[in-house]
Amino acid sequence: MTGPSLMDSLFQRTLEDLIKGLRLHLVHESTFISKSLDEIRREVRSPDLDTKAAAVQKVTYLRSLHGVDDSFAAFPAVELAASPRFRHKQIAYLAASVSFHSATAVLLLLTNQLRKDLNSSNEFEVSLALQCLSVVCNLDLARDLTPEIFTLLSSSKQLIRKKAIATILRVFGEYPDAVRVCFKRLVENVESSDPQTVSAVVSVFCELASREPNSYLPLAPEFYRVLVDSRNNWVLIKVLKIFANLAPLEPRLAKRIIEPIGEHMRRTGAKSLMFECIRTIVTSLSDYDSAVRLAVAKVQEFLVDDDPNLKYLGLQALSIVVPKHSWAVVENKEFVIKSLSDTDPNIKLEALRLVMAMVSEDDLSEICRVLLNYALKSDPEFCNEILGSVLATCSRNVYEIIIDFDWYVSVLGEMTRIPHCQKGEEIESQLIDIGMRVKDVRPELVHVGRDLLIDPALLGNPFLHRVLSAAAWVSGEYVKFSKNPIELMEALLQPRTGLLPSSIRAVYIQSAFKVLTFCLHSYLFAKEAVASSSSCAYDLESGASDSIPEKGCPEGSNLATSEALASSEQNEDFNRSFLCQSVEDNCTENDGDTLVAPGPSSSSASLNKLQFTRGSIINLLDLIKTALGPLAGSHEVEVQERAWNVLGLIKLVEQEIQDTPMQNEGKFVMEELKASEIMKLMHDAFFGELGPVSKSAQERVPIPDGLMLKENLNDLETVCGDVQLPSTCSFSLGKPHFEESSGSLFDFQKKEELEPSSESTSMLAEHRKRHGLYYLPSEIKETTSSDYPPANESKLAISVSVSDDVDYLVKLTEQSLVPKKKSNQTKPRPIVVKLDERDGVRIAANKPESKNDLISGAVREVLLGNEGIPTSSQGKHFDKLSSKTRGKEKIAIVQPLGSTGLLANAGNSELANSSPRRSKHVSHGKEKKPRSPRNNAEGCEERSYRDKKKGDHRHVKNKARQSADGGVNVVAQTPVIPDFLL
Amino acid sequence: IHFVLLISRQGKVRLTKWYSPYTQKERTKIMVMNAQLAQVIRELSGLILARGPKLCNFVEWRDLKVVYRRYASLYFCMCISQDDNELEILEVIHYYVEILDRYFGSVCELDLIFNFHKAYYILDELLIAGELQESSKKTVARLIAAQDSLIETAKEQSGSISNMIVQATK
Repeated sequence: MTGPSLMDSLFQRTLEDLIKGLRLHLVHESTFISKSLDEIRREVRSPDLDTKAAAVQKVTYLRSLHGVDDSFAAFPAVELAASPRFRHKQIAYLAASVSFHSATAVLLLLTNQLRKDLNSSNEFEVSLALQCLSVVCNLDLARDLTPEIFTLLSSSKQLIRKKAIATILRVFGEYPDAVRVCFKRLVENVESSDPQTVSAVVSVFCELASREPNSYLPLAPEFYRVLVDSRNNWVLIKVLKIFANLAPLEPRLAKRIIEPIGEHMRRTGAKSLMFECIRTIVTSLSDYDSAVRLAVAKVQEFLVDDDPNLKYLGLQALSIVVPKHSWAVVENKEFVIKSLSDTDPNIKLEALRLVMAMVSEDDLSEICRVLLNYALKSDPEFCNEILGSVLATCSRNVYEIIIDFDWYVSVLGEMTRIPHCQKGEEIESQLIDIGMRVKDVRPELVHVGRDLLIDPALLGNPFLHRVLSAAAWVSGEYVKFSKNPIELMEALLQPRTGLLPSSIRAVYIQSAFKVLTFCLHSYLFAKEAVASSSSCAYDLESGASDSIPEKGCPEGSNLATSEALASSEQNEDFNRSFLCQSVEDNCTENDGDTLVAPGPSSSSASLNKLQFTRGSIINLLDLIKTALGPLAGSHEVEVQERAWNVLGLIKLVEQEIQDTPMQNEGKFVMEELKASEIMKLMHDAFFGELGPVSKSAQERVPIPDGLMLKENLNDLETVCGDVQLPSTCSFSLGKPHFEESSGSLFDFQKKEELEPSSESTSMLAEHRKRHGLYYLPSEIKETTSSDYPPANESKLAISVSVSDDVDYLVKLTEQSLVPKKKSNQTKPRPIVVKLDERDGVRIAANKPESKNDLISGAVREVLLGNEGIPTSSQGKHFDKLSSKTRGKEKIAIVQPLGSTGLLANAGNSELANSSPRRSKHVSHGKEKKPRSPRNNAEGCEERSYRDKKKGDHRHVKNKARQSADGGVNVVAQTPVIPDFLL
Repeated sequence: IHFVLLISRQGKVRLTKWYSPYTQKERTKIMVMNAQLAQVIRELSGLILARGPKLCNFVEWRDLKVVYRRYASLYFCMCISQDDNELEILEVIHYYVEILDRYFGSVCELDLIFNFHKAYYILDELLIAGELQESSKKTVARLIAAQDSLIETAKEQSGSISNMIVQATK
């Protein structure tokens, strides 16, 4: 490629030089490139074409491999394309196809050159132009060059014809009106004798049909013939793809193609064709059992093959088939499970998806165990994939498939301990969610939470911090189920919590607050209670779980009291001499003095009661003070605030507790009244029930009469600023300094919290029947009250009695539930109605993309209604003109229709189109006018067939009529349709 | 087929060909497009080169699939839609390589580096608008040879002309 003798080109760097230079300058590549670019910039302006060609070639190279900006070379490339020499053209078109795009300004200049080359007698020039056009095509080019391509579609040279066919795909995409001109000829090519041409046409239709299959149904007979006759695998694959798109639309079509597809499957040795057959069957023909069986049998062959590709594809095919035929996977279960340990991550992933697709209530725990074992063994990435999918599957539809929640909670705990676990966030939300939704699992939840909190190793893993936060929240919230609150407190305040981010520390401290409240409360009330013979030994399982949630806070506190009663009784009676074996945890904390003396082992085993002594409480307080003291000066507001809350509470009660002389313990001590009152309030405040809340719950609260929303909100803000925190979160339970205000605070929060989400309600409704006892009892009580105090009043009234509060809440939820249900039904209703209509499918398909709509509309028109256009090849120009104007009209019509989503826009547009046609072809117009509506009917013939089989007769008549006066092509096509489809 | 990509083992790009407009929105902004393409290439080469030899040849990427095949030190990658046939694409790749091989006579990476335009031309004969065009190796070879001869004759002519010019300017 040595340059010619002109001076500037003598010293030009050739492409080879450039490449060599690049390879030498590995280090300073970019400077070398910019230097060469400068050179090239100069060279492309050279009048000598060879120089220019070399420069353009170089810049193309740089562009395609190094991504440099080559817009400066665009115009020279166009110039070069005009060169008479083939080599220059080649370079120029290559440059154009690499670097031009539809917005390049110089494309306009290229139009003429392309046209000239498309008309060239040299087939290679034509093919160059076509190749270039297929890449750079834009609306203008497509519009201007459609006639040329139309001519080339029937070129005698195979090379050109097939390239023209392929190019038409892009042209259609840019300029749908070209369909009217070219479509017929395109269809003719299906019957071409040349396999390459057929292949090209089929490829084009494959692409078109994948976008909008409806319009191509009438061509099914042609494709069917190809499917039966062709022995070319490339073509067969494409035809199968077409049928995969068409078959779902026309059941009878599916019936017809099953036979040949099965035939191909038995005959072929080509894996690619085999796979395509399988895929066609599993995607589109899954209703035909025999075919599916055959396909699954072939899939099994794939699965046992050594080739990982086939394995992968086999698994993929299975995952397509699984929603409808789960037996297919069950048959291959063993293999699928084995694939989980495949070396290839893709295969593993696919197998995982399959495994998750086949879980059911029965084998869930088994599968989860297997998966978790795999998760333990596998690399971090896949491990998390497994965990993620297990979590997602189990939580699907509000834990639909889970029966044993105790088990699931412990699985969540296990997951956390898998070393690579990074799903902290998901586990966190599920822990809390389950805690709120599933009442019976709470003891286990607290247990799991305790295990997590106690383990200091977990604190080091930042991914697990969220889980820990959930665990902290859970154990704070449901501390009453805890076997050993003091141990819990220890865990919450252990020094390594310093590793946690401040937001989670805040949760920890808040939980510590709750635990402390609980401990103090039980302690104080235990003391208040005179040693009585309360024989009502509530045990946790029956007493606590039954009574608490049903009635909410007051009961909860009562219960706690009675629990404390029971415990204190034991405390008092048997106390102190026994150190039972279950104390070991406590002992770590208490330095061995008098401290915790749980009941005798016999009763403690059955009762799991909590016992506190003065000493233990004081120790607890000390512990908290030492742990939180430093935090009171923390820079993190959340942490600091909460630390102060806790310390403040301690200050309030500490004095009295310490002053109480030991010997007074047994008696009723009046001085303690203040402290115990405080504790009672705090306790009541915390032990309200938290339920799941839907996001829109707030909106659904009806505004009571006489409630001036704005006014009151202003009031609220001044009274208590932080009520508005999201209530489902783990920490927002309020942290009042003053118990006076706390009443109103909690009232408002609980009002939000207690409303169950309507979604979950409806979703759970059915499920509840089966597993009723695992769920919260539905909040709707028999109380059908009419009016309740408006919010602002209740604020005042709240401090009067807590039990009123609950009733009030129940009423509130009940009232708010009623409108919810209504809205649930009325809202989706219109959509559903719309979907039931006949053309729903088409609307859905048409709506998203108006361009496809245009193409398919045009195709439909060509296929069904274009008899009106006289032999288009002769009257090419006229035809083009008319089609253009028509097209414009059509765009104008279709687009507004499409945007508003009205029905039957295809039909409408055809109607509209028939009018200009009428005016242009007057002779046809007369016949046409009355018939056009029927054309529409035929346009959606498939559907009408399906909907009303009675209409068949009419359609046959229709078709006969149409083919009688239709054009030649239509005659060729339509007669086949009836015997094929009927 | 959305695009064809040839990457060397070191992650160097040897050939790119885009069939679908990749960045519809950014088309007007060339630089953005470049950055995006570079991004695509980087992502993919990271994804593919990291894979061991005995794994399957398909990678899911964004919502597409990439089929790749390794020949010596070169990875041939083609990006396809979800519902395309992977095995077919593997065939296409193999087929392209065979043609290259036949054309260059046991092709190696250097051939492709120095004759990148030839590789493009051959690819263009094979695929148009992302569809397979010519399924006969012989035909492709014949076509390319014909084009080459066209170039050769043109070159000779130009050579003679330039000779004349040279003589004239002397």
